[in-house]
Amino acid sequence: MKQYDYLEHTAEAKFAAYGKTMEEAFSNAAVAMENIIVETEKVKPQIKKKIAIETKHLKALLYDFLQELLVLFDSERFALHKVEELRIQQKGSDYHLYATVSGDDAQHYEMHSGVKSVTYNEMEIKEEKGQWKVVVVLDV
Amino acid sequence: MEKRERPKIELKKISDNEWEIPKQGKMHVPVRIFASEKLLKLIENDNSLQQGMNVACLPNIQKYSYMMPDAHQGYGMSVGGVAAFPVEDGIISPGMTGFDINCGVRLLATPLNKEQVEPKIKELLDALFKNVPSGVGRDSDIRLKREELDKVLKEGANWAVENNYAFPEDLEVTESNGCLELADPNTVSNNAKERGKNQLGTLGAGNHFLEVQYVDQIHNKEAAKKMGITEKGQICVMIHCGSRGLGHQVCSDYLRKFEDAFPEIANELPDRDLIYAPADTPLAKQYFGAMCAAANFAWTNRQIIVHGVRKAFKSIFDIPPRSITQVYDVAHNIIKRETYEIDGEEKELYIHRKGATRAFGPNNAEICAKYRDIGQPILIPGSMGTASFILIGTNTSAEKSFASTAHGAGRVMSRHEANRRYTGEGTKKELEAQHIYVKAASWKGISEEAPGAYKDVDEVVQVSHDAGIGNVVVRLKPLGVVKG
Repeated sequence: MKQYDYLEHTAEAKFAAYGKTMEEAFSNAAVAMENIIVETEKVKPQIKKKIAIETKHLKALLYDFLQELLVLFDSERFALHKVEELRIQQKGSDYHLYATVSGDDAQHYEMHSGVKSVTYNEMEIKEEKGQWKVVVVLDV
Repeated sequence: MEKRERPKIELKKISDNEWEIPKQGKMHVPVRIFASEKLLKLIENDNSLQQGMNVACLPNIQKYSYMMPDAHQGYGMSVGGVAAFPVEDGIISPGMTGFDINCGVRLLATPLNKEQVEPKIKELLDALFKNVPSGVGRDSDIRLKREELDKVLKEGANWAVENNYAFPEDLEVTESNGCLELADPNTVSNNAKERGKNQLGTLGAGNHFLEVQYVDQIHNKEAAKKMGITEKGQICVMIHCGSRGLGHQVCSDYLRKFEDAFPEIANELPDRDLIYAPADTPLAKQYFGAMCAAANFAWTNRQIIVHGVRKAFKSIFDIPPRSITQVYDVAHNIIKRETYEIDGEEKELYIHRKGATRAFGPNNAEICAKYRDIGQPILIPGSMGTASFILIGTNTSAEKSFASTAHGAGRVMSRHEANRRYTGEGTKKELEAQHIYVKAASWKGISEEAPGAYKDVDEVVQVSHDAGIGNVVVRLKPLGVVKG
């Protein structure tokens, strides 16, 4: 099964990421975004990071999760290899995400392009016939 | 390619270069578009007009939701959008500046000419690349402790003068003198400061660039002379970049804060990126303090890049740093407090410009003394390999567009499509055939920015000129480009 596709958008970068579960789709979204910056397959899983996020709605959870990876990239030069583990829980009206991601110091790899921010533009999180799909537009 | 059917939006022709979408549905004001028929067709190709209509629905918007000739689809508001709301009882919206707060353009004039520089262009590009960190993840040599970073956020480009990265006269010819006084470093998050701490004086990636240009045409000799541009062939340097990770994070932080604080507003919006706060709330004031701080970071960033440019020219041509003078610096993603007369009443407004340049006409008290009699210089970069322009603000721009005009060529093709159609190597060869040399951190960056992915900048500038929102002074052509 395909992990993600890049889609057309005049100014920005847009992608759809897929998964059998919402968790898998979120994980693939992280890889789709990070692959704009660096080839994640080449990045070695040398460093592990834990991410915990709490939001009031689901789209914000995806937004904050991806944004956290951008913060890690700029502030700690952390380039993603993959999402090792990701859990999403609904507690009352709030959503919680816990993730463990692996990667390495970005300086060891060729970097292609920057991502400025995640946006809500045309964002989708949906399930169809047991398949999850998320769509994200990034400001690049 | 994924194509979506869009309902046809009816436009009313006002003049050859002005169009209107009349008030309809929930719109409080009409949309006013500055475009020729040719540019309008391109604008109609994506979702921009709908985005202009969405902005027209926001509370207390004044006069029009404006779209500049280079408008194209963005997130929330289109790129090339301008919207004004009263400071007293309006709104403020982080997404309507763009994530790259105070992304802008700076132009330098050198005492050299094309004949002197062209034979050494490759060496010069290497020297520029060495002195100005470019590309993703390439850090600055300047390591800022937290207190020092807070000083940059508060003092803006003054910090660069105090630390010997700039001359005092540089600040005089910078929009807002390179410092917005309402900046409040305490409203900038730890994440934003962490993202920006090693990025001061770096170009970044994407469409950001540093370009060596020569004067191709002078349309207004008197104005050009005031700017230090005296002859055809004179070498200039254009810098296009913004507030780096710090500014991007400020915008993102407040977009999320506004959304959590005002869920009833967020849930009503056609696009959450348009989230706003009533201007009189504490959160709105905090955001404005943080946005001003990020804008100050951007001006300091471009100022330190100038320092790198001066060093590079000195190393190749042995000319004194001070002989490279600054023409001007404009912000094209920013919210400014400006006062306009509306229905006979003076009103202080938050002018949101996202991919639009301020264009004050002559005698505006906010323009520096040097340019007050001719109008504020406007810098419009073309796409890679095409012309760039200096314009000046007009007497009619305040009335016509809240003193705003275009900011560049404007994309017509997605980066994805550009990567499919062009290769980095092919684009480089094509430019070299026109004697334009490129030095890039990544080849992928080159194909995404291929000239074919953009609108015709000459047409964009012509519309600005003919519509009376910014008059052409100088046309510049590229010799060499450093890309992030």
